[in-house]
Amino acid sequence: MKNFFISLLLTAAASCILQLFLPWWTIALAAFVVAYFVKQNSFPAFLSAFVAVFLLWVMYAYLLSTANENILATKVVELLQQLTKGSVITLYLLTGLIGGLVSGLGALTGSLASKLKS
Amino acid sequence: MKYFKLLLSFVATLGLIYILNSKMGVAPAFGKFLNPFMGFWQNAENVTGWKDEEANLAGLKEEVKVFFDERLVPHVFAKNDEDLYYMQGYITAKYRLWQMEIQTANAAGRISEIVGEKALDVDRMQRRIGMGYGAEAAQEYISKDSASKKLIDAYCKGVNAYISTLAPKNYPIEYKLLDYKPEEWTPIKVALLLKNMANMLSVFEFDIENSNFVAKYGNEEFRKLYPDYIKDEDPIVPIGTKFEVRSEKLKGSTTSDIGHRTSDLYSTVIQKPDEITGSNNWAVSGSKTKSGKPILCNDPHLKLSLPSIWYEMHLVSPNMNVYGATLPGSPAVIIGFNDSISWGVTNGGRDVRDWYTIKFKDAARNEYEYNGQWVKAEKKIEKYFVRGKGEVDDTVIYTKLGIVVFDENFGRVDSKKNLAMRWTAHLPSNEFKTFYQFNRGKNYEDYINALKTYQCPAQNFVFASRSGDIAIKEQGLFPIRDKASEQGKYLSDGTTDKDEWKTFIPSEGNPTSKNPERGFVSSANQHPTDSTYPYYYSGVGVYENYRNRRINKLLTEGKNIDADFMKKMLNDNFNLHASEAVPVLLSLLDKKNLSKEEQIMVDAIGKWDFYNNANEIAPVYFEIWWNELRALLWDEMSNPSIPMKQPSFYVTVQLLMNDSTSIFYDNISTNAQETRNELVLQSFHRVKDTLDAKSFTEVGEPEGTDEKFTNKDSKPHDWGSYKATKVEHLARLDAFSSLNVYNGGNRGIINATNNSNGPSWRMIVDEGTMKAFVVYPGGQSGNPGSKFYDNGVKPWSKGEYFEANFIANGEELGAKKLFTSTYKPK
Repeated sequence: MKNFFISLLLTAAASCILQLFLPWWTIALAAFVVAYFVKQNSFPAFLSAFVAVFLLWVMYAYLLSTANENILATKVVELLQQLTKGSVITLYLLTGLIGGLVSGLGALTGSLASKLKS
Repeated sequence: MKYFKLLLSFVATLGLIYILNSKMGVAPAFGKFLNPFMGFWQNAENVTGWKDEEANLAGLKEEVKVFFDERLVPHVFAKNDEDLYYMQGYITAKYRLWQMEIQTANAAGRISEIVGEKALDVDRMQRRIGMGYGAEAAQEYISKDSASKKLIDAYCKGVNAYISTLAPKNYPIEYKLLDYKPEEWTPIKVALLLKNMANMLSVFEFDIENSNFVAKYGNEEFRKLYPDYIKDEDPIVPIGTKFEVRSEKLKGSTTSDIGHRTSDLYSTVIQKPDEITGSNNWAVSGSKTKSGKPILCNDPHLKLSLPSIWYEMHLVSPNMNVYGATLPGSPAVIIGFNDSISWGVTNGGRDVRDWYTIKFKDAARNEYEYNGQWVKAEKKIEKYFVRGKGEVDDTVIYTKLGIVVFDENFGRVDSKKNLAMRWTAHLPSNEFKTFYQFNRGKNYEDYINALKTYQCPAQNFVFASRSGDIAIKEQGLFPIRDKASEQGKYLSDGTTDKDEWKTFIPSEGNPTSKNPERGFVSSANQHPTDSTYPYYYSGVGVYENYRNRRINKLLTEGKNIDADFMKKMLNDNFNLHASEAVPVLLSLLDKKNLSKEEQIMVDAIGKWDFYNNANEIAPVYFEIWWNELRALLWDEMSNPSIPMKQPSFYVTVQLLMNDSTSIFYDNISTNAQETRNELVLQSFHRVKDTLDAKSFTEVGEPEGTDEKFTNKDSKPHDWGSYKATKVEHLARLDAFSSLNVYNGGNRGIINATNNSNGPSWRMIVDEGTMKAFVVYPGGQSGNPGSKFYDNGVKPWSKGEYFEANFIANGEELGAKKLFTSTYKPK
């Protein structure tokens, strides 16, 4: 359980720093490295990374959009009507899901790779 | 097994990243677009965070201060002209970069690079009509004028200085959606932008359509439906004005043929808007105003778009102090005022494009016939880098008579004819210089001088000065045409030079009116002159004949005019066309067998005061009736493979009133021989069907409904909801558009707002009080995430205005100041 939170925090921090300079998909790289070094089973590794970037992306998006009084988010909801079904919350969830999945898969790969050593 | 799982997970990760990082069809690349670090969330700008800012910019000579007022209008104070234009470029790019780029990409025929193959034919059309060719000619010509070159270069430098500050996360949202990036801004793009404007406004040309009509229905019918002059003419230059001209300059074509006639039918033309809207401008002299000084007004009617075609700016340097509407991507103020003069534009609408049939020697098309000889054709290969497809090449042929636009490779498949086009926008010119001179103009002489070199798009320039002069001039480059052969009205023969452009009307010969006795000048896309004008131009029924008469009536009657009078007048919804058409239609309508609902409609139309106000119902009935009647009456012209122009509204009303036996009353799709009365009745029956079939969008704020009619109707609707004006995003995304804008007006009305076109900028300049009032259906920011994106739409639709902050320094803004940006040389 301790490792779950350690990897969650490390993944979130590393993802945040990498994305300031590098493309968004480096979150997979961050998750991979963290999962490789912080020992966890495959599923917890996936989950911790998923939650880390899910929260990171949703919270950052929320911060930006609230200062904007959701002017833009409302329009993007309409733009992606088929996916969002007209709800800003769905847009947040979609954002989190995309980040979470990529990060989670990166972590899963890292965790599986670390098992090769043992 | 371990290795297999690892491989599977690894591939899944890469696969997901690949999918989320690629743009698929119209959908954005979701990973790129939705991540909050670089995606669209970064464009969600803080609604309250307006802070003073400071930056050092390479290329600036001295410090520049920019004060932004409560509507985000920048007031740029520079210490020299180069810095001023540099800053205009920088600030415009900051708020309108994507728009600047997409408009020039459109002009250059490069949209397929961004959106793929679906835009390829649009791109090919742009290049085949010579947009790039004209822009290159203009740019080369401009660069020979050192003053123009210096300032355009400064503007480009400013744009590029802004682009260089941009990290991908700061790209405007449209780049993220379409997944591409900004490129360097260059002088050729300024030229392309002016050509874009020229193209938008050069649509008053129907050579091929006219030839088709004559080939099918003959000359006599043509004269009836497309007369050069009409009897209620109220031209821009008042009737009776004397024109002076040296006779030797009148010679155009040397032929005495009566036009080039062809029995061939042509199936491809450049698509033109259905009913062209247009623009209004006018100026009244001090004799008619409260202050004793002139007042000038202008509202150019264009396709309503977001970001708006205009960007409002105030530019101050030691040499000028000018305020008004700028065209994002081009330096200077295009429509506006300074401390001495004001000016505005409407489209001239004279035919500035001629079409020629080209005869090639053989299928190789290497040589064409010209004055009995075979001349070598110039071939240019246009390369298109189509997204998702790769390079596509298109060979375009250039002849002495113009560019071959339609041929075996382009146009409708059933048309294998070679048609070349000559357009005044192909010729070298420097339109920027005219606006540059206006911006610092002091008086009438400066205005006339500034106009001398202006070529395309031909505009009616209205003018007023603080010193009390008013004037209007139709300025553009016009070939001198032969009247006897009606040169340029029809498709011309391209095998000789007889219909080639040889000389041009000198600027002094263009229609001008200065301080006329009636106390005002005005234009609304009508005939520039009466028939005593010595140079030949064809009218062919394309000129407006409603807004002009309404404007002139109101201005003739107006006394003690002030800005409030003008504020109302620009929003005038009187439908002069309806007031002339309705009595004719009602007299021809057989009312015996109408249903109860139809009887209500007839009553409503009968009681109508002819104002197209948003909350009225009668304009809805009339509009549908009129459109259905036109469709039935002019069905002869609706075959898309034989394009012809539908006669003007004015001619249509005259025909219905005076001609009971026209061959056009017959409906060609039936065996029976229809009569005028039958057409009127049939079209009236269609009103209810059309209404029932239309789903009305409930408009946000109906300002009181017209109880007289709506209660009796089966559906709650009025003119504002029926028309549902749309201010559309440039990429046609509804989510970024203003939909269902509730307001009155229509084509042919001073408030010429239909469902997609309308006054794109309303401006009133009172030279007496030195106050100006402006409004436009958009906002200063091009970012859909800004509260300044569309904040002008509602005030515009309600007929409200903002007073321009024509300040002498930043302190004068006081509480209206949002923030100050200070830029220093690096």
